[in-house]
Amino acid sequence: MSSLQGLSKVKEKPLIEGNPSFQWITEKISAIVEANRAPKYWLPALGFFSSLLLVLGGSVGYLLWEGVGIWGVQVPNAWGWAIINFVFWVGIGHAGTLISAILFLFRQKWRTSINRSAEAMTLFAVMCALVFPAIHVGRVWVVYWMFPLPNQMQMWPNFRSPLLWDVFAVNVYFMVSLLFWYVGLIPDLATLRDRATSKIKQVVYGVFALGWKGGNRQWKHYELAYLLLAGVATPLVLSVHSVVSFDFAVSQVPGWHTTIFPPYFVAGAIFSGFAMVLTLMILVRKIYNLESIITMGHLDKITKVLLATGLMVGYAYTIEFFTAWYSGNEYESFIFKARAMGPYAWAYWIMFSCNVFVPQIFWFKAARKSIPIMFVASILINIGMWFERFVIVITSLAQDYLPSSWGYFKPTIWDILTFVGTFGLFFTMFLLFLRFVPMVAMSEVKGVLPAADPHHHEEENHG
Amino acid sequence: MAKPYCILASFDSPAALIQAAEKTRDAGYKHFDCYSPFPIHGMDAAMGLKRSPLGLIAAGGAFGGLATAALMQWWMSAVDYPLVLSGKPFFSYQAFVPIAFELTILGAALAAVFGMFALNQMPQYHHPVFESDKLLKTSSDNGFVLAIESSDPAFSTDGVEQFMKDLGAAQIEHVAQEEEGEHV
Repeated sequence: MSSLQGLSKVKEKPLIEGNPSFQWITEKISAIVEANRAPKYWLPALGFFSSLLLVLGGSVGYLLWEGVGIWGVQVPNAWGWAIINFVFWVGIGHAGTLISAILFLFRQKWRTSINRSAEAMTLFAVMCALVFPAIHVGRVWVVYWMFPLPNQMQMWPNFRSPLLWDVFAVNVYFMVSLLFWYVGLIPDLATLRDRATSKIKQVVYGVFALGWKGGNRQWKHYELAYLLLAGVATPLVLSVHSVVSFDFAVSQVPGWHTTIFPPYFVAGAIFSGFAMVLTLMILVRKIYNLESIITMGHLDKITKVLLATGLMVGYAYTIEFFTAWYSGNEYESFIFKARAMGPYAWAYWIMFSCNVFVPQIFWFKAARKSIPIMFVASILINIGMWFERFVIVITSLAQDYLPSSWGYFKPTIWDILTFVGTFGLFFTMFLLFLRFVPMVAMSEVKGVLPAADPHHHEEENHG
Repeated sequence: MAKPYCILASFDSPAALIQAAEKTRDAGYKHFDCYSPFPIHGMDAAMGLKRSPLGLIAAGGAFGGLATAALMQWWMSAVDYPLVLSGKPFFSYQAFVPIAFELTILGAALAAVFGMFALNQMPQYHHPVFESDKLLKTSSDNGFVLAIESSDPAFSTDGVEQFMKDLGAAQIEHVAQEEEGEHV
């Protein structure tokens, strides 16, 4: 008994530092949105990234005018940067859903500080991803042929194709992520509505708050809706990157046709997404002085997720070689040798170093406490994960069954500008989000404060 | 004095609001609600509320999505436009699983969200309780507010006010009935 009593005295570290009041949370988060002026870096940053967005618009415009010949795609590499960038961006989105849905089901209460911005990251990353399948088809004006809509050819799409599964998976993913994010926002929008000082703000926030009253008769249904959304978003997020991996795994191409692809892609997606979350959170907590809400403890947990998923990715990279050798398949063995030692070895080793070696630094507590190390590592991991998709897409196609048709893929300036432009889209949206939407889920953070527990005071009295 | 729409009472903490809700329930009031900035654990039982039926609604949405996907893929691939692809049967159900799965999820998510809107009567931009000038607004910040509505059979203005004072309410506010024709 005595040891059990001792256990109850072990206090968990508070999720929010300084045990603030409910009102402090409301003021702190609402003030960011309500301020007349954004922090000083906001406007220059918006100017820079919206210029990049124009670069995206220009590159896509030229693509529509001239055709996909402006890109580096050329037989044998009929797939190039468009699919690499698509997989890269969809993968980044996955961390947001993991934080909002899977960690919710596991009752990881620390998620409340970062789930709103991570979900926003998901939405914007999926928007960037959706740009590529839409524009890579050549004749963009008939892009609706991808959907099961009646068309002038009286044909229906091919439901046996993984590419069509992908259309459904990614679109459903976007819609469900949007619903999840918006449902989470409703109580906070009502808070902003109730605090509004001008008629315009009151009407705008009021309209988006949908008349939320905040009574328990509403909370009752709301909480269950949130739980159900988390419950369906969890298998969804795992399925989305699995379906993305089917684009490759269902084909007959050496290096693609492997059963490990779905879990390998999902682990990689979460890995890259958490790296992006880490990059963004380090910046956001600093610029908006949110160090007590997004604490070092949060960053510590994110780096541990990076370490775990980094090991999974490293395992996948390694076991692929074993499988290729063990299969006894000449082409399969060849492609893996070519990846590590062939013409694209430089890309392979960038990938391997950034994704497998770099996260090992987080075994050390000092690295998990150092903002500069975390920031640099998160950027390197993002670079590494882009190269992972580059290695997968490019190497397998460049050297296929017939040596006479081998080639070496080179991107053009338009490949590069389009990709850089998507960062413009992503960060423009993210900056607008930071300015106009409460970036931390106020009602959820209040709910995990010690004072929110109805038994809070009783415990203290008995203690 | 005209009968108010409801009377609001504010409390200091989630625990106090839960206790107030239990006593309100035991006193036999039916038309009451507890407003708070976040959902309070145990409030459903304290108010005597039944479990939300939303799970069934979402299950209906899930089956709707599944049925849509199955029928769509069967009709388009096997009936309206049968085409031999890779020597597979027209109704190659194994290949239809991923889309069936995604649309099941979509159906469940849409039903969960719009079912919640329907049960909560959202969007609803005007409600008499919004006529409150003082207390209701605090409940989206740090206020814990009990509301007893005058439509309750056990309601009497003086009786409820006294009841709330006995509960230890910090502040009490009468929310006036709306005047006719004030609806937007």
